[in-house]
Amino acid sequence: MDVRELTRELLAEHDPAGTDRLDFLRARFDAGLAWVHFPPGLGGLGAPRSEQAVVDAELAAAGAPDNDPRRIGIGLGMAAPTILRYGTEEQKQRFLRPLWTGEEVWCQLFSEPGAGSDLAALGTRAVRDGDHWVVDGQKVWTSIAHAARWAILLARTDPDLPKHRGISYFVCDMTDPGVEVRPLRQLTGEAEFNEVFLTGVRIPDAHRIGAVGEGWQVAQTTLNNERVAIGGQAIPREGGLIGVVADTWRARPELRSHELHQRLLKGWLDAEVIRLTGERLRQQLTSGQPGPEGAAMKLAFARLAQELSGLEVELLGEQGLGYDDWTMTRPEVVDFTGREAGYRYLRAKGNSIEGGSSEILRNVIAERVLGLPAEPRTDKDLPWKDLPR
Amino acid sequence: MSDLLYSEIEEELRSSVRALLTDHCPPSAILARCEGPEPYDLPLWRSLATGLGVAGLQVPESLGGAGASLREVAVVLEELGRSVAPVPYFGSSVLGLTALLACEDRELLPGVASGALTATLAVPFSTAPDAALPSVSVGPSGTLTGRITSVADALPADVLLVPADGGLYAVETATVTRRTSLDLTRQLADVTLDGTPARQLASHDGPVRQALLTGAGLLASEQLGLAEWCLSTTVGYLKERRQFGRQVGSFQALKHRLADLWLETVGGRAVARYAADALATDSPDTAIAVAVAQAHCGALAVRAAEECIQLHGGIGMTWEHPAHLYLKRAKADQLALGTPGHHRNTLADLADLPVPSP
Ligand SMILES: Cc1cc2nc3c(=O)[nH]c(=O)nc-3n(C[C@H](O)[C@H](O)[C@H](O)COP(=O)(O)OP(=O)(O)OC[C@H]3O[C@@H](n4cnc5c(N)ncnc54)[C@H](O)[C@@H]3O)c2cc1C
Repeated sequence: MDVRELTRELLAEHDPAGTDRLDFLRARFDAGLAWVHFPPGLGGLGAPRSEQAVVDAELAAAGAPDNDPRRIGIGLGMAAPTILRYGTEEQKQRFLRPLWTGEEVWCQLFSEPGAGSDLAALGTRAVRDGDHWVVDGQKVWTSIAHAARWAILLARTDPDLPKHRGISYFVCDMTDPGVEVRPLRQLTGEAEFNEVFLTGVRIPDAHRIGAVGEGWQVAQTTLNNERVAIGGQAIPREGGLIGVVADTWRARPELRSHELHQRLLKGWLDAEVIRLTGERLRQQLTSGQPGPEGAAMKLAFARLAQELSGLEVELLGEQGLGYDDWTMTRPEVVDFTGREAGYRYLRAKGNSIEGGSSEILRNVIAERVLGLPAEPRTDKDLPWKDLPR
Repeated sequence: MSDLLYSEIEEELRSSVRALLTDHCPPSAILARCEGPEPYDLPLWRSLATGLGVAGLQVPESLGGAGASLREVAVVLEELGRSVAPVPYFGSSVLGLTALLACEDRELLPGVASGALTATLAVPFSTAPDAALPSVSVGPSGTLTGRITSVADALPADVLLVPADGGLYAVETATVTRRTSLDLTRQLADVTLDGTPARQLASHDGPVRQALLTGAGLLASEQLGLAEWCLSTTVGYLKERRQFGRQVGSFQALKHRLADLWLETVGGRAVARYAADALATDSPDTAIAVAVAQAHCGALAVRAAEECIQLHGGIGMTWEHPAHLYLKRAKADQLALGTPGHHRNTLADLADLPVPSP
């Protein structure tokens, strides 16, 4: 049966108007219409990714509730594809459904104070204790940790091996008494990210994803998907920030100047180039796994977001001197086009740091796409414990 | 959404064009030819046009063509850009055939589509799709008088398609004078008409405008191919060249520049493909697709060629190394059929981003 018919069947059996939101989302998952490219039984149909648009359009037209993807971006964009690729059958059955419906929010415990771009240097330790692992360490910049039920976690299981080889990948229960989440206030005023202290956290071995010592390899799937999640969604023309700026330009002729006009046209052009680049990348993406080209979208997206958000503040003139609200809050959604121009300007600064900085992404492109030689390095083959610090 | 990829048939076409150009159009041959009396490689043009049969790809078979589309034409242009081959494909098969296909008079079409005749559109190569056309007057007996400067691919043309007095005319006996041109691989010429006999092909400017718009959109594919050559040649060189005891390509300052150039090139492929597909399918979005493609790719090709020279160091500055052929083509292409700035400014209307009032 085709996806359109299945969607109509779902709607016939679960009238969105009379069905509880969560019940509807669960039924949608069980019908394989959550993410059609996932396998049957895990919210999908094993169908081409492109058919998702058919489902989404039918459901939107019927006024069906969605899973509010802005709230669960890390789960959808990073944890899910990793669990799908490397998880056990039990892990897939346990985690994917509540992840997709948004019942369980996920966060990403990767970065540490001493391991950012050089993520493989991370020092959080996981020590085996029977059929559990005991985890101690500190993570930082953990977005949405305060709202999360689960985390994807990288920890060092063998300090005697070179840094890339002694890491394992876990699912960490954020309600474990050894997990402490402290807000970390950002330049926007709010605290979207946190510091997370892990003290004697017990993780069952059944919550390890991939083999012991293969965490780095598993993490590549997460990171490649993160870059696509940040820069790679299908958007209509004027779909992102450019739409916001263009609408202001149209509505407020008194703000216009020739200099801003030239920059607006350049921004519109660049937005269109990036939109079509993403479209072409999606057409190429038949294997379902984004490669290093995903880095291209994220790099381009960050540059454009910063350009446009800066332009928007200038365009607003006197109004651009204000700011909506500096109150320290702990938001539960991440929305790059949310709030006002000043917020968007400041939040966009993170786009070239989070998910791999633009400098690191250029390294990735230069080495993995263009095949240029790596810089000489001394840290690759030394045991992690002997690295210079 | 339009198909932004290449079909298998398109890839096959690419391979055969590339194989021919690799065998018959090495940079040394281009360099040897460009200052001589025959700057165009006519034997190569014949092999391409009639041997491979690419002269009239987009022309229906019933009219003497290959029955393919402008998407395939764009693939040929990518390869011609990659090799800066001195052949009049752009003038004859892109500008010429687009104009002829839009005229009701079909007499010349089969000849140009088969490659037996070479044509070009007699306008300054810098003419943007919406710009004023040169003034050529039509005499009482249908003869033409006027002068048109900087015409691309006029030197080897058998027939010139001359816009005059709002219409389009075919001319076979104009005086064509070679100019010393910035671009050594597509040399321009001035066309002088002095009561020259002509045959009217159209009484309106539709065919000319269509040819200019199509030319601007497809030129992006040539620019893309050129940029790809510059990028891959530079990457290849930097992997080999050693200084300070290591490959120069391992220095991060250079890696980042090339990563940025790669990113622009990837964007160029998407927009050039989008424009070719829009033109091939007569999409309602064609005007925007062309403006976006030309605004982006015009700048891309120049940057790629400039980076290529810089990152080759001294060797890049020599006459012997082919990089300058690409720089000259890229810079001339940037002005051709409207500059990137011109195309960007047309977006003000097309995308409803109004110019500030004075
Ligand atoms: C808004 C936001 C949200 C985030 N959310 C999360 C999250 O949820 N989970 C998580 O795990 N992490 C998260 N991060 C962390 C993020 O992944 C790191 O900040 C990032 O990887 C950079 O690491 P760092 O901050 O230690 O900077 P550093 O690695 O110390 O980098 C400092 C500067 O040096 C540059 N640099 C470093 N190495 C090189 C090199 N080899 N070549 C050239 N330049 C280099 C960097 O580009 C940067 O400009 C978030 C970050 C931000 C800003």
